[in-house]
Amino acid sequence: MIELSAITKSFNSGKPNQFTAVDNVTLVVNPQQITVLKGPSGSGKTSLLALIGCMARPTSGRIFLRGVAAAVPFQQEGMESVEITSLPERFLNDIRRSTFGFIFQQFNLVKGITVLENVMLPAYPTGERRSDFRVRALALLEQFSLSRHAGQRIELLSGGELQRVAIARALINNPSIIIADEPTAHLDSKLSQEFMAIVGRLKGEGKSVLIASHDPIVFDSPLIDRIVEMRDGSVVNSRSCR
Amino acid sequence: MRRSILFILFITAAMTTFLLLPLHARHARQRIAGNDRQHNAQLQNLHVTDLCLATEARYTRHPAMADRHAPFQEHPLALEHFPSGSLVMPNMTERNKR
Amino acid sequence: MKRSLERHLNILEFTLASLLRRRGKNLSLLAMYLLVVFILASLLFFVAALKREAAIILNDAPDMIVQRLMAGRQDLVPVRYAAEIAQIRGVAAVRPRYWGYYYDTLNGANYTIMASDDPALPPESAAIGSGVAKARNLKVGDLLPLTSYNRAPVMLEIHSIFSSSADLIAADTILMPPADFQKLFNFPNSQATDLAVSVRNPQELPTVAAKIASQYPDSRPILKREIQRTYQSIFDWRGGMTLMVLTSALLSFIIFAWDKGTGLSAEERKEIGILKSIGWETSDVLLLKFWEGIVISLTAFLLGVVLAYGHVFFLSAPLFAQALKGWSVLYPSFQLVPVVDLYQITVLFFLTVVPYTAATIIPCWRAATIDPDTAMRY
Ligand SMILES: Nc1ncnc2c1ncn2[C@@H]1O[C@H](COP(=O)(O)OP(=O)(O)O)[C@@H](O)[C@H]1O
Ligand SMILES: [Mg+2]
Repeated sequence: MIELSAITKSFNSGKPNQFTAVDNVTLVVNPQQITVLKGPSGSGKTSLLALIGCMARPTSGRIFLRGVAAAVPFQQEGMESVEITSLPERFLNDIRRSTFGFIFQQFNLVKGITVLENVMLPAYPTGERRSDFRVRALALLEQFSLSRHAGQRIELLSGGELQRVAIARALINNPSIIIADEPTAHLDSKLSQEFMAIVGRLKGEGKSVLIASHDPIVFDSPLIDRIVEMRDGSVVNSRSCR
Repeated sequence: MRRSILFILFITAAMTTFLLLPLHARHARQRIAGNDRQHNAQLQNLHVTDLCLATEARYTRHPAMADRHAPFQEHPLALEHFPSGSLVMPNMTERNKR
Repeated sequence: MKRSLERHLNILEFTLASLLRRRGKNLSLLAMYLLVVFILASLLFFVAALKREAAIILNDAPDMIVQRLMAGRQDLVPVRYAAEIAQIRGVAAVRPRYWGYYYDTLNGANYTIMASDDPALPPESAAIGSGVAKARNLKVGDLLPLTSYNRAPVMLEIHSIFSSSADLIAADTILMPPADFQKLFNFPNSQATDLAVSVRNPQELPTVAAKIASQYPDSRPILKREIQRTYQSIFDWRGGMTLMVLTSALLSFIIFAWDKGTGLSAEERKEIGILKSIGWETSDVLLLKFWEGIVISLTAFLLGVVLAYGHVFFLSAPLFAQALKGWSVLYPSFQLVPVVDLYQITVLFFLTVVPYTAATIIPCWRAATIDPDTAMRY
């Protein structure tokens, strides 16, 4: 479970062009559910995801990770939750690597290297044996029917295949939470449906999924558990779909 | 095999060869020390003053013995024996400096 | 420990994959780098070896050579100077040297002719350097015809040929008895080319030289120290060949380090952003760049130095031989004795590997320290 308490993120604080992208957000993201952040462009969805995913620190407020804390190597005794906003950089990175998998709007795949290599990329700096995560990567490619593309460079893949490579990459370190920012923005409706089906499968495997989107295929999908509506950095509505 | 392991093997091999160079040089010097070169009494008696590096002109064949102006006297048409003349220069003696 | 080793191996793995995708560019970079190191290292080896040879030969050189000047040019020395100089306090021995040059019209070569009173050399015979033997296609026992000052032929029987290991001293030399020397050049009996003076105590050399200079105002003493200095300046890094090669190599090196330093493309920047956003730390990215620099520069350095060693000591430095040879017809085919100056090689390492690796890492520093969330917005 992720718990956000009065989170605010301001850019350029103290300067004339100060801008508050996330404004006093208090929110609970339940485990093993699909949560969708819905809102128009510029409403602060990406900024909020970056805060949750330990990529940036909030200007004020606190974020707690509960239950997932088991993945954190330095976990203190008697604590089943970590407060991530005050953690030093190094620990934050550890949490980010072990707990979160990211899927980006532009896929953010590295050109010129193979599909397999792209999928393994997040595991390289963890110090795990290559042969170990290579097995996992091949299994993931198999799972997303990408096996025959494993040795291909990513330039040759179609949009839907790229999307699946990006998902496989997000899963390589066995994260418990998947964060996806506008994952369907570059996909047609059929591929978007396919994406939602995959997300449903991930949920079935016990992953928590957090999606930012303003695509109706995403937020009208029967698979999702919770919709959080955002506008101008604030949460205007948060409802369960069950 | 992994590319990284291959690369490390390659660099180790190159490094080993590199580190063997001084040993090879020492060995070669020891072998040559017993060679006829040093024992050629005929040559040793000559008291040579110069290396035979470039033989085209006297200021390049015997730079230590030549005048500073020797380059200009070598040949009426050749001011300079390039490139050896620019690499090997005649001696600067105490007398020449004054 | 194990994890950190795996991390290095993994990141190295990605470095290699990433270098291989710009195969053409990186291979040409490596080749160019290799060439620079190869030339610089060849030069260092070549010069160090020649320096050593010079030091050995000059060890046997006379303490002082006394020449005579006439109208500002070197002239023959009266032999009677020798007896008089021998009287000066501190002088151990004075030996007149008879030597000169012979231009061979047959092949355009210049020989160095020396008179030797070695009793082993019978009259009308000669001992020749291997260069002369090769140029005139001579064997021991053959006759070497020379043309004397008045075009009368002088025939010398080849008594011996110096082994080619002596090429650096005598490749172009013809040794003959004094009588034949005199006949060949019509050399005046009472004169010598110069005088080789040895002293009892090397400390007194300057004093003896000053005495000779004041006693014979037309003489020019050349001290052993000055001869050594001549060779030092030839092989000095500031002198001739070394400077030429050094500057051109360093210039080309600076040019491509510069290209590297300024050329962090938008694509590379984006790639670093992607790596950051999927969980790579700044230190991981810098490690990647470190390996990128090391793979190219260490490979080039090690291969370049090893190839240079082969070039100079196994192949006798054909590249530099050409420059030194100039228009010489005779050229010593010297086999250099290997010398490795560790200090110079270390300097070469710090001049090539370190700046290149730095030039690879430093431009990425800024790109690597961006916040990972910035990368989300590409
Ligand atoms: N680094 C930044 N500096 C200044 N403003 C920013 C920065 N990043 C985002 N913003 C602003 O924050 C607002 C929210 O952006 P974002 O979180 O990307 O919204 P969304 O993902 O909902 O489209 C936007 O108006 C954007 O211009
Ligand atoms: Mg966005």
